[in-house]
Amino acid sequence: MTIYNLYIFDRHGTMLYYAEWNRVKQSGITRDEESKLMYGSLYSIKSFVSKISPLDTREGFLYYKTDKYALHYFETASGLKFVINTDCSSTGVKDLLQQLYAKVFVEYTVKNPIWTPGTPINSALFKSKLDEFIKQSPIYGLKNV
Amino acid sequence: MIYGVYIVSKSGGLIFHHDHSVPRIETEKTFSFPLDLKLDFSKKCISVIFGQRDGIYVGHHLIAVNGISVNSGALEDGRNVKEMLENEENYPVNLRFCRPRMTTNEKIFLASMFYPLFAIASQLSPEPKSSGIEILEADTFKLHCFQTLTGVKFMVVAEPIQTGVEILLKKIYELYSDYALKNPFYSLEQPLRCELFDTNLQQLLDSFEKTGITNI
Repeated sequence: MTIYNLYIFDRHGTMLYYAEWNRVKQSGITRDEESKLMYGSLYSIKSFVSKISPLDTREGFLYYKTDKYALHYFETASGLKFVINTDCSSTGVKDLLQQLYAKVFVEYTVKNPIWTPGTPINSALFKSKLDEFIKQSPIYGLKNV
Repeated sequence: MIYGVYIVSKSGGLIFHHDHSVPRIETEKTFSFPLDLKLDFSKKCISVIFGQRDGIYVGHHLIAVNGISVNSGALEDGRNVKEMLENEENYPVNLRFCRPRMTTNEKIFLASMFYPLFAIASQLSPEPKSSGIEILEADTFKLHCFQTLTGVKFMVVAEPIQTGVEILLKKIYELYSDYALKNPFYSLEQPLRCELFDTNLQQLLDSFEKTGITNI
């Protein structure tokens, strides 16, 4: 159980925030390019899912797993996208993302008067609260103890 | 429940697809004037482009008006649907919508779309030497993917609660090697048209759905 990294995108595809904890391998491209690649692939996955689905989707794409990691996806009604990479055995990541949105993002970014929507988040308070939130979650735990 | 099986060759083309039990989604509703859905009248079909209610979603096709089926924008008795729906005298009107099935072209398109997603998933991995996507879950289905050593991908779209799909995938691989690869008339990378493969796959899926993984 571990958390590798987190991406937050707005509805236009701007990367608002990136953080990493136990990431072992970098992608070998700049962060900017990586965010575009990530957003692009999520966009394709979403359209892929809505087309291949035999029934009408409500939330759509939830997560995918490879043999090494799992990518969990959570989209709010306003189009904010939270993407988190964990290891394969983690459970309850969806709740974690919802909590992260409600307790950290809304509290320390949306309610921050200096932040303009659609721009990257630079707040030190958000950074520390996010770090604290991730590190106290049971999913982060174990591997680092 | 298994919704469908897809096989993608190592160069990314769809070589086989099979719809197993895709539920048919139809909604029938009586509307009064004016119609509160925005419809798109294209040459081939009439589809919803705005507004959703009571199980009718954007993208659904209009298939019948007052029980008379619709064919390429006109009713079976020759009346034009667009003119009919714009005329207040014809209301209340009963419309039946259905979720469109994927055409073979769309399937080929989707299969080739999965290929780069699979590759990007391993490139963006936070751990070294990751494979591509093995399981992809959405709220309505779960896609299981198995890539063989030779690069052929087997994909099964199933219900999210379906278990044992990994074993089913290996079994499908067995069928593929027995009835496609050993068929002297089959050339690699070409669309798979083998009767034996079709019938055996059908049998396998049927017994899998009835009894689970134990009997296959």
